[in-house]
Amino acid sequence: MSLVLGDLKWKCWKNKMKTQDHEPIPEDMYKEHILELYKSPSNFGTLKNLTHEKTEYNSICGDEITVQLFVKDGAVKDVKFSGSGCVISMVAASLLTDKVKGMKVKDIKILKPQEVLNLLKIKLNPGRVKCALLALEAVKGALRS
Amino acid sequence: MKLNNTTAKTLKKDFPIFKNNPGLIYLDSAATSQRPKSVIQAVTDFYEKENANISRGLYTLAAKATEKYENARKVVAHFIGAEKNEVIFTKNTTESINLLSYTISSILPKGKNEILLTEMEHHSNIVPWQQLAKRENMKLRFVKIKQDFTLDINDLKNKLSDKTAIVAFTYVSNVLGMINNVKEIVKLAKQAGALTIIDAAQSVQSLPFNVKEIGCDFLAFSSHKMLGPMGIGVLYGKKELLEKMRPFNFGGGMIKKVTLEDAEWADAPQRFEAGTQNIAEAIGLAEAIRYIEKIGIENISNWEKELLKYTLSRLKEAPGIKIYNPGANNSVSIVSFNLKGIHPHDVAELLNNDGIAIRAGHHCAMPLMEALSVNGVCRASLYIYNTFEDVDALASALKKITEKFNR
Repeated sequence: MSLVLGDLKWKCWKNKMKTQDHEPIPEDMYKEHILELYKSPSNFGTLKNLTHEKTEYNSICGDEITVQLFVKDGAVKDVKFSGSGCVISMVAASLLTDKVKGMKVKDIKILKPQEVLNLLKIKLNPGRVKCALLALEAVKGALRS
Repeated sequence: MKLNNTTAKTLKKDFPIFKNNPGLIYLDSAATSQRPKSVIQAVTDFYEKENANISRGLYTLAAKATEKYENARKVVAHFIGAEKNEVIFTKNTTESINLLSYTISSILPKGKNEILLTEMEHHSNIVPWQQLAKRENMKLRFVKIKQDFTLDINDLKNKLSDKTAIVAFTYVSNVLGMINNVKEIVKLAKQAGALTIIDAAQSVQSLPFNVKEIGCDFLAFSSHKMLGPMGIGVLYGKKELLEKMRPFNFGGGMIKKVTLEDAEWADAPQRFEAGTQNIAEAIGLAEAIRYIEKIGIENISNWEKELLKYTLSRLKEAPGIKIYNPGANNSVSIVSFNLKGIHPHDVAELLNNDGIAIRAGHHCAMPLMEALSVNGVCRASLYIYNTFEDVDALASALKKITEKFNR
């Protein structure tokens, strides 16, 4: 009996130690497709003809993204972004600008944050959600102005 | 105890955090240090064996708690070369500086209206002074830093004048590791007739310091960066100045006499300690100081220098690295850096995958980031329990990260 209990105790202790171990965040976040996009993002630059523009900041990281849009007949005909930031904010901006190109303004205005996060196809560390949504804030802000 | 790579490894065993987090490479001691078992035990012991509120209790436990709290004050005073009554317990460095900024008006030298700070200050030594400047219609001025990440003493001399009322500066930069020449700065400020305030948050755990020898008017630091508990900090002030200052918080414990209409203040330091204090934490801080004194602050300085030299030499190997540090002779073991084309937050996140804890961002020093023309930096800060192996792990992880990004 005491042996069984001892074994059980040891197992509990082992499991406890396991959860206390340093658990690395999955390296998921820096997958190949993400790093590739970071190195050569889509729609990076500025527009000559634009109707809307907005710069958003993330004061915690010092990230800064400016989005420029050319809207005609209620839809986004062209879009570019510029600025600097971490991998997540830059890649999200690249993916989002691809997505909104051709979209109707009224549909962009109801775009949900989760839809943008889904574009990344990675599991995000909670601390980086704000980075991933910076471009969306800029796009929505620009369309409000 | 002389510290080297072998003794540092032995020392590491005093810190339960490393036992509970196997593989943790902790390089963020400038944010908060880890705590040895003896400090944690001192806090627990108080709550388990001696818990009572201090001062007016007439029973044995209360008398004992009072004695231990006041004894902690003595330990702190001795550690920085002050008198017991010159030590005020606060919450942390930030609160110490806020306390000063709200109570200093009554002792400001007449006819002076400038506050001189430096570009390398932590926000906690900028924002409270900005607010004082607004309240009292004063002007803020900032001493520049040089290309080699040291303070521009000539710029300080130029900006000091008969208008300078306050010179508040950090002994050690929390980003650059830069050790300022406190003795010279205090001397120059005194010649100009200004009050001198030293932010010692990043120095008190690493460098010997004696307030009487340096001659500063005020000194602020936190316990949690020097092996002690969180939630307790210190403000040192010269006795003759503290006696002239009005209280910061009002309430119990800081009075001599209260009527329905008015109150008479207690003497310093009680005048500045309204309400129930962080008694257990003060006792824990005293234990942390005993731990530091057992090793010897000079031995700590020397080990930090060794660690810093090694860190600088290993980090230089990383391709595309830019290091923001004035070199081992001018710095404590804090090293800030950036990898070319990689955001500091990405570096920190990837290092975390290897169990390496560093800090990345603006480090509550946005004006300094501006002066360095960066959005943020990565910062590795080492302390007594760090070893050359920790540095090796950092160096090889950084190499891996640059390879990943440049593939």
